[in-house]
Amino acid sequence: MAIAAGLGVIGPGIGIGLIGSGAMNAIGRNPEASGKIVSNMILAIVFTEALGILALVVAFIIKFV
Amino acid sequence: MHEGISVVLKAEQVGSVFGFPITNSLIMAWLVMILLILGAYFFGRSLTLVPGKFQAGVEWVFEGALAYMTGVLESEVLARRFFPLIASLFLFIAAINEIEFFPGVGSLGLSHASEFLPILHTPTADLNFTLALAMIAFITIEVTGITVLGFSKYARKYVNLKSPVGFVVGLIELISNLGRLVSFSFRLFGNIFAGEVMVLVAAYFLPYVLPAPLMGFEMFIGLIQALVFAMLTLFFIKLAIVAPEGAH
Repeated sequence: MAIAAGLGVIGPGIGIGLIGSGAMNAIGRNPEASGKIVSNMILAIVFTEALGILALVVAFIIKFV
Repeated sequence: MHEGISVVLKAEQVGSVFGFPITNSLIMAWLVMILLILGAYFFGRSLTLVPGKFQAGVEWVFEGALAYMTGVLESEVLARRFFPLIASLFLFIAAINEIEFFPGVGSLGLSHASEFLPILHTPTADLNFTLALAMIAFITIEVTGITVLGFSKYARKYVNLKSPVGFVVGLIELISNLGRLVSFSFRLFGNIFAGEVMVLVAAYFLPYVLPAPLMGFEMFIGLIQALVFAMLTLFFIKLAIVAPEGAH
């Protein structure tokens, strides 16, 4: 269970890091647009996070059900 | 560490009407529907021409949403046509996800013969419910594509016999379109289900202290997921009404 969750979270972890760094770069270039960038960033993070949560759900199912 | 934590993946059957099973997640979905309909009824009756503070706030939110949809769809007629669907999808999922954390959900139930049967079960943590919502969104998207573009033009997006590369691209498009059903339903289900289990496990590790901030976080997640579901439907509708390349 721990291996399934751990392996599954690697990808989204990298992905969220990339999204965050991209958003920070964009804010650094254009601070006025930070509101728009942050809301789009959260949307993108949610998509990435869904994959990690999928792995977590599979791990929970292995563990409990 | 199994005892003490009960994780229920599947909604349990409470009763049946004319042979149709009534599950506990269905009961809660009806409850939320009744709440929303009552809210809409009383709010609709109290509308005035000169809006009060509350009405002005609601109008501001709805106008903002409608303006955003008009911007995405690039057509006011289409935005007005799809606004009821998108807004009610959002309101329904958001209401369910917030009511999930009210006391009584999952803890109120019937117990007989040492088995406990909760009356309420969060619908969004039941794959049947999210799959049904995903199918509503999916069928709306496809039907919109066909009615706006016409059947032959819409089919040309997926079946392209002009070149081998185009054919493969069309095939991939078709499969990814069907994959939306899975991604739509599993995203919502996974987030809410994982949130529930996480709160349960946290309550086991550090009772009373740890679950409270996690619950707040999960309420935020629930709101975001409702927003994502509605927005994705909107974006896919937009993608469906864009004419295929080279078909002008």
